[in-house]
Amino acid sequence: MTYKIVASQCTSCSACEAECPNVAISEKNGTFVINPKKCTECIGYFDVPQCVAVCPVDDTCVIDNSLPRYQPSA
Amino acid sequence: MQKMAEHKGCGTSGGSGKASCGTGAGENDMPTEIWEKVKNHPCYSEEAHHHYARMHVAVAPACNIQCNYCNRKYDCANESRPGVVSEKLSPEQAAKKVLAVASAIPQMTVLGIAGPGDPLANPGKTFKTFELISEAAPDIKLCLSTNGLSLPDHVETIKKFNVDHVTITINMTDPDIGAEIYPWVFWKHKRVTGKEAAKILTDRQLKGLEMLTANGILCKVNSVMIPGINDDHLVTVNREVKSRGAFLHNIMPLISSPEHGTVFGLNGQRGPSAQELKALQDSCEGEMNMMRHCRQCRADAVGLLGEDRSAEFTTDKIMEMDVNYDLSARQAYQEKVEEERQAKVAARNAELETLAGENADLKILVAVATKGSGRINEHFGHADEFQIYELSSNGAKFVGHRRVDLYCQGGYGEEEALETVIRAINDCTAVFVAKIGHCPKEDLLKAGIEPVDQYAYEFIEQSAIAYFKDYLAKIKSGEITHVTRGDATIRQGAFVSVDA
Ligand code: SF4
Ligand code: SF4
Ligand code: SF4
Repeated sequence: MTYKIVASQCTSCSACEAECPNVAISEKNGTFVINPKKCTECIGYFDVPQCVAVCPVDDTCVIDNSLPRYQPSA
Repeated sequence: MQKMAEHKGCGTSGGSGKASCGTGAGENDMPTEIWEKVKNHPCYSEEAHHHYARMHVAVAPACNIQCNYCNRKYDCANESRPGVVSEKLSPEQAAKKVLAVASAIPQMTVLGIAGPGDPLANPGKTFKTFELISEAAPDIKLCLSTNGLSLPDHVETIKKFNVDHVTITINMTDPDIGAEIYPWVFWKHKRVTGKEAAKILTDRQLKGLEMLTANGILCKVNSVMIPGINDDHLVTVNREVKSRGAFLHNIMPLISSPEHGTVFGLNGQRGPSAQELKALQDSCEGEMNMMRHCRQCRADAVGLLGEDRSAEFTTDKIMEMDVNYDLSARQAYQEKVEEERQAKVAARNAELETLAGENADLKILVAVATKGSGRINEHFGHADEFQIYELSSNGAKFVGHRRVDLYCQGGYGEEEALETVIRAINDCTAVFVAKIGHCPKEDLLKAGIEPVDQYAYEFIEQSAIAYFKDYLAKIKSGEITHVTRGDATIRQGAFVSVDA
């Protein structure tokens, strides 16, 4: 539950939205946001967070330090 | 003359074609099936781009690769170049916009999806838009531009929607060179960098190209000429894409300046000069058709090539419009355009016959101020671009266009603007205009460029051939001496209309 999008850097290109395995990303008022309740840091799906890998602006999809890291239950 | 709509038919990054094929070719120079497909396509046929219009809709914002000449963060209404748009549309909004434009502009024959990202990285939105348009306006041709990474996965769907023109931007076939152009690609859920990324990209592009041509889908290749990186290599690219059945090759100049914020812009990578670009296009021409009228228009362009009416068709205005799509009125209009085109071709051929037997390895360039229909019908001071023709004993061949800042903006900065115009057409012997004022006339003459207004409102090619005949005669009689012209400057930035 711990990635977030730096709104000031997001270009609203929507690339991350389609790649998220948890449908955690959606558009709100022109920029994209991650629902921390749904984000699993891609653990259980892919080796790297998909939003980070596809985002054209470096350091825009980043760990949200105000929240605890995701703990896989299995 | 009524204005027309433009089409940005190519991928995210830019485009190209050849004089004996895409650009300058006419009915007799190519197989009938291909002529049928390209004759009304302003991007593919230099001849058609005087008469027909295209539009692009920006439904595809996401991209799956990164190019060093693109800054996807950049979005500003004052700036316009491939990959930059200000208005993102849903497929439904896009379909309504297309119908509104097609109703207002009967010459609009082509709809392209080209970005601002990669259409095939947004397959849902791209194909939904095609579906809605093919239902409501079956006479409109659909085209698509892509970086090619996911192209092989979508060839079946492209075929299903009857998309008959696809543009792939291919800047290299050598991964060593590719690594300098592409920092990364997003591939199989990973970000891949360096040579490995370029290898994946080139393999996918060439595979996609082969699959398209095997399925009878017309395919154009765009390449961005980046001096010092891929300029020499593009001759190889030309050969590779030709051997895989590409129909046109469009080599475009790199657009880069620091304020664009692209990697190339920031590290000082320069674009080519007009003569460097022309030399490369000429050297590829023997190998295949080159397209030279590409305007690198923005992803939401509307209008004839070299014209942008997108401001008339903003989302707000369109959603309020009552659209009445009248197929028969469009067809009647297009028939009239056909008549005018045939008249133009006949006039050119008649004039060409009088050139027969003239010697001369002599070639000169001339600039033409035109707003369409293949006629010299623009005032020098109102031209925001000039079309460049190469004249020789073979006739008049379109070789490119040059954008300029408007000379006549009402008072201020005129001297400066005139200088940039002269720099942009400095390699030309003459400039053909419908009208020109006294002062700019003097200055052009001083710069060694002859202003010619005697062919005002006549057909371009016919007039140019007549001028060339006179020119040869004057050399023979000793009245003038031929002077070889220098190089010219390519203005940075994609076309954007000032009066839109
Ligand atoms: S890290 Fe993965 S799960 Fe989380 S938002 Fe990004 S793509 Fe979705
Ligand atoms: S990929 Fe990056 S820039 Fe694009 S919408 Fe997502 S966060 Fe924004
Ligand atoms: S003019 Fe060039 S950039 Fe514009 S749509 Fe045609 S091919 Fe594409």
